[in-house]
Amino acid sequence: MIESIEFKLLSPQMIKKMSAAEITKTELYDADGFPVEGGLMDPRLGVIDPGLRCRTCGGRMGECPGHFGHIELVKPVVHVLYAKTIYNILKSICHSCGRYVGEKFKAEKNKKLCPHCGAEIKDVKFEKPYAYKIGNQQVNPEQIREILEKIPDEDLPKLGIKGGRPEWLILTVFPVPPVTMRPSIILETGERSEDDLTHKLVDIVRINRLLSENILSGAPKFIIDDLWELLQYHVATYFDNELSGLPQARHRSGRPLKTLAQRLKTKEGRFRHNLTGKRVNFSARTVISPDPMISINEVGVPLMVAKELTVPVVVTEHNIEDLRKLVLNADRWPGANYIVRPDGRRKRITRENAEEIAKELAPGYIVERHLQNGDIVLFNRQPSLHRMSIMAHRVRVTPWRTFTLNLCVCPPYNADFDGDEMNLHVPQTIEAQAEAEILMEVQKHIRSPRFGGPIIGCEQDHISGCFLLTQKDRVFTREEAFQMLCEIGMRPGIDFTLPNKKEITGKELFSMLIPKGINIEFKAKACRGCEKCLKEKCKYDAYVVIRDGKLICGVIDAKAIGREKGRLLDIIERIHGTEEAHKFLDRVSQLGIRFLDKRGFTCGLDDYDIPEDALKEVKKYVEKTKENVNKLIEKYHKGEIEILPGRTAEESLEAHILGELKKVLSFAEKIVTENLPISDSLIMSQSGARGSLVNLIQISTLVGQETILGERIHRGYRNRTLSHFKWGELSPEAHGFVKNSYKSGLNVYEFFFDVMNGREGLMDKSLRTRHSGYMERRLMNALQDLKVEYDFTVRDGRNVIVQFVPGEDGIDPSKSDWGKLDVETLLLNTMKVSS
Amino acid sequence: MSKFINRENFKYLKIHDKKSSEGDNLTKFNILKHKLVPEHVVLSEEEKRKLLEKYNISEKQLPKILAKDPVVKAIGAKPGDVIKIIRKSPVAGKVIYYRLVIEE
Repeated sequence: MIESIEFKLLSPQMIKKMSAAEITKTELYDADGFPVEGGLMDPRLGVIDPGLRCRTCGGRMGECPGHFGHIELVKPVVHVLYAKTIYNILKSICHSCGRYVGEKFKAEKNKKLCPHCGAEIKDVKFEKPYAYKIGNQQVNPEQIREILEKIPDEDLPKLGIKGGRPEWLILTVFPVPPVTMRPSIILETGERSEDDLTHKLVDIVRINRLLSENILSGAPKFIIDDLWELLQYHVATYFDNELSGLPQARHRSGRPLKTLAQRLKTKEGRFRHNLTGKRVNFSARTVISPDPMISINEVGVPLMVAKELTVPVVVTEHNIEDLRKLVLNADRWPGANYIVRPDGRRKRITRENAEEIAKELAPGYIVERHLQNGDIVLFNRQPSLHRMSIMAHRVRVTPWRTFTLNLCVCPPYNADFDGDEMNLHVPQTIEAQAEAEILMEVQKHIRSPRFGGPIIGCEQDHISGCFLLTQKDRVFTREEAFQMLCEIGMRPGIDFTLPNKKEITGKELFSMLIPKGINIEFKAKACRGCEKCLKEKCKYDAYVVIRDGKLICGVIDAKAIGREKGRLLDIIERIHGTEEAHKFLDRVSQLGIRFLDKRGFTCGLDDYDIPEDALKEVKKYVEKTKENVNKLIEKYHKGEIEILPGRTAEESLEAHILGELKKVLSFAEKIVTENLPISDSLIMSQSGARGSLVNLIQISTLVGQETILGERIHRGYRNRTLSHFKWGELSPEAHGFVKNSYKSGLNVYEFFFDVMNGREGLMDKSLRTRHSGYMERRLMNALQDLKVEYDFTVRDGRNVIVQFVPGEDGIDPSKSDWGKLDVETLLLNTMKVSS
Repeated sequence: MSKFINRENFKYLKIHDKKSSEGDNLTKFNILKHKLVPEHVVLSEEEKRKLLEKYNISEKQLPKILAKDPVVKAIGAKPGDVIKIIRKSPVAGKVIYYRLVIEE
């Protein structure tokens, strides 16, 4: 077992020791096309051709891992990736005795002296990427190596060096990687094309030899220095071809070479692409679309996908007949794609051999059958920020080409249907299937671990539908009620029994869906917050009372069944469990839609018609406010403005104006609530299905103040927002007050301000998602190996305790009642069990 | 942060400083009296043994606190001691936490 790994520098001796061949020749292959011995494709460096054996270890391709070679560099060169380290060492030692000095030098006049030998310590300059100056003198790698050699071993720990000698940072022997990590490819034309690394190595060998020849023949110093510099350049770009200050080494075609550093870094590098990123089989991806009629834990899978994805099933005496039928179907769904014989051999099932294979089938065989209705699959949408981003669904095979999902599960995935794609994975073992079913099924994630309430709930039309259905005077004939309940898949006598009456109210109809034993009272969304709550006798029918699963009074809206607030949904999940909540959610959402189908639901421009008089009243109020603002501005100019604590006069004026303009909105709100005709638009906002009162006001009455960063609009031209206004004008219109409504139409400058506001919203959103995405990533990396042990301690990867009780209170929020323990229900349930 | 820099939090300090007779403490805060510093107790050898036994862990697996930490100095704990911290928690009321004093 590997207990620890130590990273060290490679010493020149080590490089030579592990080398299988010294490389001296620049040619790769001889005239016959065989690799040259001593060349860069030396057969001793490993095999890349199938059928050949390695000259060093005798292994075939795939067995032989390859072997390093080496090049004896005539002159030493700096290892660029350690250039900074070399600089740091040179800075902190004495260059004549090699001892560590750091900051403890003796200062004398303008000189620094070594405390050990008294020699002067000269300043070291580092010139990227690999040049050094001591004093003002350029030093070559040979000289640097000499200095580094002087450092005594005792001083190494002070320099932060463990295991190795600093002079090894200067290369004297160059390791040549095995051919297996730089294989050449043979093009269709029969030509050999070499790897970028091989090209680079050829350059190094070539210059090295040229340098050696020149030195031996006693060439002038400048020629040698030039070649030495060139060798240094090639060695540097061999390690990293994106060094700043160096021209990139290029291929003949002009493409920059991909050298060692380029192989590893970035998203396409070895780490992020090949090691961290993995690919899987048994998965599918397509566009998603909605299907309100399937259950929340189902996913519609296109037939084409279902025929491609398979589940392995072991043949037993009990299932052999069924599986035989599947084999006979071959590629006709529901069929099977492969069989695996007990000896592990796989065979593809085709229409031609299906009969033969069906006959051969016996216990112990494995049939890879098509995906069928009811199979467990994992469904996922990126970015997976949640645990709810991957949930287990049941398959429902459809003839279409998209994955379909119930609308209620869009929020946890954050999915919509403007072209979103989602992934699907098929667990292959029974263990994986069981685990997915127990831990990951959609209904088990109705309660969010974020806040302990339902994160999956009814949406938009479901809520409008139920709201209309449960209104006070809604009445159905017995037949109508019966029909609706049957349409949503409830069985008469088993799932529901209608009260023995001729006419069924909407509330009675809705009660059929609520399980028995549910008792709850709460205020609906429509609650106006009266001073004294009349409870059951509420004028607006906004007080909901449910007794033993019967809706006594109140209207069902977002507060009851909506996402993140639904009290009714919450209590059903708590008392009856996830399965019951799942059933309830399916039925309620479908009932809402059914009822809307029957009644009709639409909105139009006349939804926003407000009587002339009311509009005039608002206009009058706006005029009055403008006057008030003008008065304030006058006061400000006279210097009489009331200055608020901690603000300048200008800021105080702004605050006063904003306060004044806010009153307009609250006035408009009053007018709108009194005068807006009852329409489907209003119903949507009242029931909490979609849209707010503010939206209604902006469409029907007036848009109001546009803001940027929470202030009136101040930016634009010099001293004014737009050229429509005078310089320094402070009036409401000049700073983004829109007195028109979207329906009446905005004028030019109003429109511009509105667009400014809209653009801010867009910017904000995109910036926020980027920001929070990065925060999430960092949090995940920091917390990824924390784990709750069986003794309820939170421990990290080293098994060190982080918390003695998880979250300090030991509560799993996804099983809690809004983050708290619901002792009352727990007690009731316990008593029920024990009695 | 500004929530912590609050006169309220330092109210207790003044009273303490006046009463203290030790010369050193007259110029120093007694951090233990500060509102935001929870109660710290040094465990006895016996208690420590029981704690390690309860979680079936070695000393090294406990959360750590540096010996130079002001609160450790204030209660006079030595490296190797285990400190029991009784914190107030908004979610759980009272939370008990243990930390092992270590040198640098």
